[in-house]
Amino acid sequence: MADKSYDVVVIGGGPGGYVAAIRAAQLKLKTAVVERAHLGGICLNWGCIPTKALLRSAEIYHYMQHAADYGLSAAQTGFDIAAVVKRSRNVAKQLNSGVGFLMKKNKIDVVMGEATLEGVGKVRVSGEQGGTLSARHIIIATGARPRALPGMEPDKKLIWTYFEAMVPDVMPKSLLVVGSGAIGIEFASFYRTLGAEVTVVEVLPQILPAEDAEIAALARKRFEKQGIRIFTDAKVTKVDKGSNSITATILGKDGKEQTIKADRMISAVGVQGNIENLGLEALGVKTERGTIVTDGYGRTNVEGIYAIGDVAGPPMLAHKAEHEGVICVETIAGVAGVHPLDRLKIPGCTYCSPQIASVGLTEAKAKESGRKVRVGRFPFIGNGKAIALGEPDGLVKVVFDAETGQLLGAHMIGAEVTELIQGYVVAMNLETTEEELMHTVFPHPTLSEMMKEAVLDAYGRVLNI
Amino acid sequence: MPIPVLMPALSPTMTEGKLAKWHKSAGDTVSAGDVIAEIETDKATMEVEAVDEGRLGKILVAEGTDGVAVNTPIALLLEDGEDESALEGFEAGGAAKAPAAAPAAAAEPVAAAAPKTETAAAPQAAAEAPHPSGDGEGRVFASPLARRMAKQAGLDVTAIRGSGPHGRVVKADIEAALASGSARPAAAAADVSKEKAAEKAAPAKAAPAPAAGEPEFELIPHSSMRKVIARRLTEAKQTVPHFYLTVDCEIDRLLELRKALNDQAPEGGYKLSVNDFIIKAAALALMKVPAANASWSEEGTKRYRSADISVAVAIEGGLITPVIRAAHTKGLATISEEMKVLAKKARDGKLTPEEYQGGTFSVSNLGMFGVKHFEAVINPPQGCILAVGAGEQRPVVKNGALAIATVMSCTLSVDHRVVDGAVGAQYMQAFKALIENPLSMML
Repeated sequence: MADKSYDVVVIGGGPGGYVAAIRAAQLKLKTAVVERAHLGGICLNWGCIPTKALLRSAEIYHYMQHAADYGLSAAQTGFDIAAVVKRSRNVAKQLNSGVGFLMKKNKIDVVMGEATLEGVGKVRVSGEQGGTLSARHIIIATGARPRALPGMEPDKKLIWTYFEAMVPDVMPKSLLVVGSGAIGIEFASFYRTLGAEVTVVEVLPQILPAEDAEIAALARKRFEKQGIRIFTDAKVTKVDKGSNSITATILGKDGKEQTIKADRMISAVGVQGNIENLGLEALGVKTERGTIVTDGYGRTNVEGIYAIGDVAGPPMLAHKAEHEGVICVETIAGVAGVHPLDRLKIPGCTYCSPQIASVGLTEAKAKESGRKVRVGRFPFIGNGKAIALGEPDGLVKVVFDAETGQLLGAHMIGAEVTELIQGYVVAMNLETTEEELMHTVFPHPTLSEMMKEAVLDAYGRVLNI
Repeated sequence: MPIPVLMPALSPTMTEGKLAKWHKSAGDTVSAGDVIAEIETDKATMEVEAVDEGRLGKILVAEGTDGVAVNTPIALLLEDGEDESALEGFEAGGAAKAPAAAPAAAAEPVAAAAPKTETAAAPQAAAEAPHPSGDGEGRVFASPLARRMAKQAGLDVTAIRGSGPHGRVVKADIEAALASGSARPAAAAADVSKEKAAEKAAPAKAAPAPAAGEPEFELIPHSSMRKVIARRLTEAKQTVPHFYLTVDCEIDRLLELRKALNDQAPEGGYKLSVNDFIIKAAALALMKVPAANASWSEEGTKRYRSADISVAVAIEGGLITPVIRAAHTKGLATISEEMKVLAKKARDGKLTPEEYQGGTFSVSNLGMFGVKHFEAVINPPQGCILAVGAGEQRPVVKNGALAIATVMSCTLSVDHRVVDGAVGAQYMQAFKALIENPLSMML
């Protein structure tokens, strides 16, 4: 393609990059997106969306197996892993072409190829479509990739990352999941529901380390009841590969070692930013621990170069990337009243069974910050809708600043909580106190009633328990 | 379609005012330029002129209504050929306000009414009302958390500039205000908005009965000016770190010079007062010590180039500080003449905002009451105020012997954030030198 000039060139067409591009186009900035593989990025093609499709299959399978609990009969339940995977891929494909349509609609040029910064304001794109793009503002949105532990690097065959775990050729009978963050736990949950023997190893004392300890403990209890073996405070020290299985050595906190044999292993020990081969070093763009350092508005230390999303640091979540992209572009365009990203108001969701969702400070973190807190809880067993759904396990927990009534955090485990959390996020963003939450009418019968009850409980006014 | 006449903003900082008087009644014909109403703000009374012509169709806000928000429609003007039926539908959705229906329509300012005087943004404007978050209607644009934090900290949330959407005050703004100490304290511990609402609901309050054990009293409702005095001076005393410097100035030579000049005055010409000399000396001393001509702001210390001297004038029900602009450039006769005019306008309540806003330094003189010495409260955002006592004969020691001199004690109140002790002292030294060698003022 001929050399072209733009107001904004976004490197990376993931959820952060493509949303940033649309916002830039809305603000009348001439915009291009450079993408090396798929529009929509990992999220849409290899992450959030296709895993939700897989987990939906697992969920329905679970219901089929428990049909009798609801007075239904479903004899001869079963699944075809290839068909489950195919559905997941189709979902990703449908959304991928949707992003292409959005780019066209907003008159954003999409340039396929690998991008390198050739200087401030210059992006070189490899490949047949390539060329040099000049841009007043360059937004790096290159995302992240799975981190590997030395000695157990993923080989795509026996040791998987989420890429392979999402498109298994065969259903493993046994599985070792290393790492108990959202990715590890979601795959553990998926494969366990479909019948695999699953073992999870976590180096920290708690699974789902980012979550509130009380919620994580409840989750662990539920997973163990489902038959997942969990080792915390434990390390995989060695992995021996066989012809169609692995044998892992696990070192526990007590110093004792044991070996676990499994068909496959998923390495889910976190992700790292894609900061290499972009030409950042030559321009002196500051990086730290594998991510680009930015100022809350996406600005790096080099004028005209911005970074958003996973490559700009944790939390590495699609919705954080999207919002960062918008903030960054609005800063570039000089929109009045842009506020920097507030990391404490970014919700996190894990779509295992039971679901887990949270926002803000955990109880422990809130106390660490020196605040006096008020904590409220409401269990699913006290909620009519939860009982009717046959989902009586779960908890809604809220943490308030005792002095000001500020909602500092909310933590939930149980059915559909990933769809509930947003209520608290809105409340936090609008800076409501307990008073407004108590004055808000929640519809009956819904799971959301528990959100109000938890608030009431924090102030000693709980009704239904 | 009837043209709404909107409550005008008489100064850049005005958010609400009192509709003091209607000069026209419904049905009256109005030409452009006619005075149709009088608006009273915290500082002045202004006339509202019609900019359109037509017939006054309906008065929406009754005479005597307090707290009318800027841009609230106060009347409807019928254009040629329109009759009362055109008014229908215009009254709907109005209301909120007690004495008369004042539609709280968020109408664009159509400039149907304009204040008689153009107002210029004075430096004082920014500090006076930092984008107040209230809309003057009792609704406060603040997050519940911000409101609660403000209440807990005793801050008036309406005085805090909001950084949220549409100027909404959010937690961060309260924290910033607390950190900087810039917010003004709430008038009372009570809920301000409720208080306001109550005020509006009962404009003609019955005399309240004294509470048990309380002596009988007459409750004087706060005028707009009283509220401003209370707010600003509370803000000054609570947020400005004051310190005070007193010097004694011998004014015998000044009195001689004054007499000589006044004796030479043409018939009907100037008559200089001691205060005119003080204004001039205060301004010239600022030129000698420019660091004292300063005010505190969050962004930095503002150092002014011009010595615009605010002079406190006692008036019925309070006081006001008209400004002698660039007093360092003006002769004594000019200062004297200007002061005479401004003081009269002040007493008549006719000062325009640009005549009393935006001074850089204040002078308050209570000498005429025989006050020997006093300390004035800083007039924010200014950095200094000079309190002038009476010139009186006192024993002084000269060359080791007791003598008699006319001595005037002057005390400078200083905002330590912008002016340090040594700078304040240098200023007083310069001031004293000018007062004691008044001819040097004439150079």
